[in-house]
Amino acid sequence: MKDKIFKSFLFAAALFILLLLAAIVYALVSRSGETFQTYGFWGFVTNSEWDPRSATEEYGALSFIMGTLYTAFLALVLCVPFSFSVALFNGEYFKGKKIAGVVRSVVDLLAGIPSIVYGLWGFYTVRPILIDLGVSVQGFGIILSALVLAIMIIPYASSLSGEFLSMISNNLKEAAYSLGATRLEVVKHVSLPNAASGIVASYILALGRALGETMAVTMLIGNTNRIPGGLRDTGNTMASVIANQFGEADGLKLSALIAIGLLLFIITALINLIAKLVMKKLSHA
Amino acid sequence: MNQNISISYKSRKAKDKTLFMLVCLCSAIAMVPLFFIVWDVISKGYKNFNFRLFTEVTPSSMDALMATTNGEPIPGGIINGITGSLLIVGLAILFAVPLGLFIGIYLSNNRGKRFARLVSYLTDLLQGMPSIVIGIIAYAWVVKPLGGYSALAGSVALAIMMLPMIVRSTEETLKMLPPAYKEAGLALGASYTNVVFRILLPSGFGGIFTGILLAISRVMGETAPLMLTALGATVVNWKIMEPTSAIPLLIWDFYNDPNLVDLIWSSSLLLLIVIFLLNWIAKIVARKWNV
Repeated sequence: MKDKIFKSFLFAAALFILLLLAAIVYALVSRSGETFQTYGFWGFVTNSEWDPRSATEEYGALSFIMGTLYTAFLALVLCVPFSFSVALFNGEYFKGKKIAGVVRSVVDLLAGIPSIVYGLWGFYTVRPILIDLGVSVQGFGIILSALVLAIMIIPYASSLSGEFLSMISNNLKEAAYSLGATRLEVVKHVSLPNAASGIVASYILALGRALGETMAVTMLIGNTNRIPGGLRDTGNTMASVIANQFGEADGLKLSALIAIGLLLFIITALINLIAKLVMKKLSHA
Repeated sequence: MNQNISISYKSRKAKDKTLFMLVCLCSAIAMVPLFFIVWDVISKGYKNFNFRLFTEVTPSSMDALMATTNGEPIPGGIINGITGSLLIVGLAILFAVPLGLFIGIYLSNNRGKRFARLVSYLTDLLQGMPSIVIGIIAYAWVVKPLGGYSALAGSVALAIMMLPMIVRSTEETLKMLPPAYKEAGLALGASYTNVVFRILLPSGFGGIFTGILLAISRVMGETAPLMLTALGATVVNWKIMEPTSAIPLLIWDFYNDPNLVDLIWSSSLLLLIVIFLLNWIAKIVARKWNV
């Protein structure tokens, strides 16, 4: 009897996650309804105008969607050589050795540093360097945000892909070595093809992190409400515009900001789903 | 012919060496930012890292300006943020830990079932959700209906962020326990409830506790969701229905107020110390109570 109660209690707890997600979707949809009724879904998504002045009030998300894509993909590209090296270092070259543990701990600590501290560091330390290099006058913009974002997502990209690399069976690798392959060739022809979907999935998840990152980007991107003209330009991401303007917003503007939150939620959910599907392919292979 | 082989062997060997060196070099570069950031925070923050930080509330912008023009250090500290962080994170722990444990137990005991797979997928989804979106949720659920910003709203947001991490670590830990533990308990006639509370949870204590500590350290530095929910306050507040500050919120305030900029680094230093300490304790616990 007691067991039955306990088991149904556990079930109820699990059911709670379901309700939580349903309530999250409901809250986002219902609070952003006004925006989608006014502009329609595509009208909102494809409009790059963001004008909060009451006389000419008009809201569109395109500038922020573009800003988000620019920063996140540039960050991903910048992080690949480093996170991939860390993954190879930990999962292949020094697998199981003490030094791999040290590298892993250090990189994991990167994930522990709060976003706002990254923002401070980017603002006070990285920005002056970019100004000196002549990247842009103020230093703010897509490049600065993407640089700091790239560092922030290294631990997410490297830990998972390192794990997949280290899971490859030694038999496969030894077979290649016995044929006279060098380490590079083993990595290229055995390790990578076998861990490919896992590695891809870990980069997709890292991309998801970069898309949703808020504080650091808010402090570094320059906060201009238009489509960035290029990588040296300033802009705003979906997360940063919410962080910046939520405080003083009400009415249609508040609803538009929540609509951007809903879009961000949809995008990250899709990314999660894609990563899941890619990994599923791995377990079948 | 022979020469060709030896040349190609040499070039293969050289390529192999190059990759190895590149990997080592890039791995080393990947670790550099951590030391730069920590060094930055320490070297700029230690001057103001004093007793007052823990005893006095945030100074007003005016007081800070007066002190700076007189060439004195900025008065005041961040006690309102420290107590606020304790209150908000403490409440979030109360919400998230029991629930996360139960969901984790459910998932580890119902592996492979359709419903468990769905819950597991939704947990991942929740974990990948941007913190600012979670801030919006807590705003819509708590701030709007109750008519004001509050510590409670902040802790709801942080609890939603902690929940998936705790579920995952509990599930993973319990999965790794030998099935014989559970079977032995049941064979001795223990009830399912007893098996969970007397055998599974105690044997998995290390992993579960580590997971909780890491979840706390992750939400400790969260700023974005708190901006939308707890808002901030200049006084020490222990009431859960009032606006409350937190250390990261104060850092954000200081960043935006040129007069208070000097306090940024000492507050960040304190935040980093707390987070690294939690990480370190988590590591020790994980090693000591290894399953």
